[in-house]
Amino acid sequence: MSTVVCPECEAEIALETGTEAGEIIVCSDCGVDLEVMSLDPAAVQLAPMEQEDWGE
Amino acid sequence: MQRRLKIGVLYSRVRVEEKWIFGALEKRGIDYDRLDDRAIHFDLDHPEHWKQYDAVLERSISYNSGLYALRLLNAFGIPTVNTAAVAEVCGDKLMTSTALARQGVPQPHNAAAFSPEAALEAIEGFGYPVVLKPVVGSWGRLLAKVNDRDAAEAVLEHKSTLGSVQHSVFYIQEYIDKPGRDIRAIVIGDRVLTAMYRKSEHWITNTARGGEGELCPITPEIEDLCLRAAKSVGGGVLAVDLVEHPAKGLVVNEINHTMEFHTIQPVSGIDIASEIVDYVVTVAREYA
Repeated sequence: MSTVVCPECEAEIALETGTEAGEIIVCSDCGVDLEVMSLDPAAVQLAPMEQEDWGE
Repeated sequence: MQRRLKIGVLYSRVRVEEKWIFGALEKRGIDYDRLDDRAIHFDLDHPEHWKQYDAVLERSISYNSGLYALRLLNAFGIPTVNTAAVAEVCGDKLMTSTALARQGVPQPHNAAAFSPEAALEAIEGFGYPVVLKPVVGSWGRLLAKVNDRDAAEAVLEHKSTLGSVQHSVFYIQEYIDKPGRDIRAIVIGDRVLTAMYRKSEHWITNTARGGEGELCPITPEIEDLCLRAAKSVGGGVLAVDLVEHPAKGLVVNEINHTMEFHTIQPVSGIDIASEIVDYVVTVAREYA
């Protein structure tokens, strides 16, 4: 199982099996949204803020 | 023997819906590319790169990115689900209402104005309460239920002063005293796949705002209304939102062209992701 470090609070987060690049995960410690940038090596960054034209 | 198809899936974020769609493509052994809308670019003199795709499924969260990508792809002759023309209508609530009105599809009473003064005059003609909605936007954001003239003046001033220019297109809708729920139906091509009630104590029943889903039987009336609504905006893969109006009966409130279905898929037990993939393949084969 891969782990990443939250760029906001430095908590260690384990990526669940089946996680995809481009997926949004939530830091279990500080609650910030993180975007999975790559899986090998595992890397995350703060997810972009919601924009006005976002939706379905 | 049929040529092997190549599908593109345009996306912004890999939500659970995109995971299901990728899974359905892989299960069918379909060759596909994941196209992050933040990473792609279009050279208008050299569309060859894009012509490798027999069809592109658009799943962008950003309406603008998705719409312009569809316009470019369609201009290059590449079939898309949905088409740019459908996205133009469905992504703009006023355009949707206009399309529904043109085809005589039942919908709430709507009006549009382009100045706070004209909007206030229209609102006073409706009587209170009314709902103000941004023409572009989703997930129930920035909807305002306006209960009296004081609130109307305040909201209109805030929209015109603090909002982007788009917020000065004032889209006014009658407030519907619905029975704590609305209905979301999934339409693919000429079929209504499934429908669910979205229940909430709040007047905004969107599941993105906490509304809960419960299976809704597809009555002949719901089927007819959804198919007429889908046809009026050009058809494709759509979510038609219906409201039970106390006087008018069922009316079409909105139509979404890149719908989320993380609630309705488990509620209905229907593999909507696979149905979408099958539809994209059908579209691709039509043009291949």
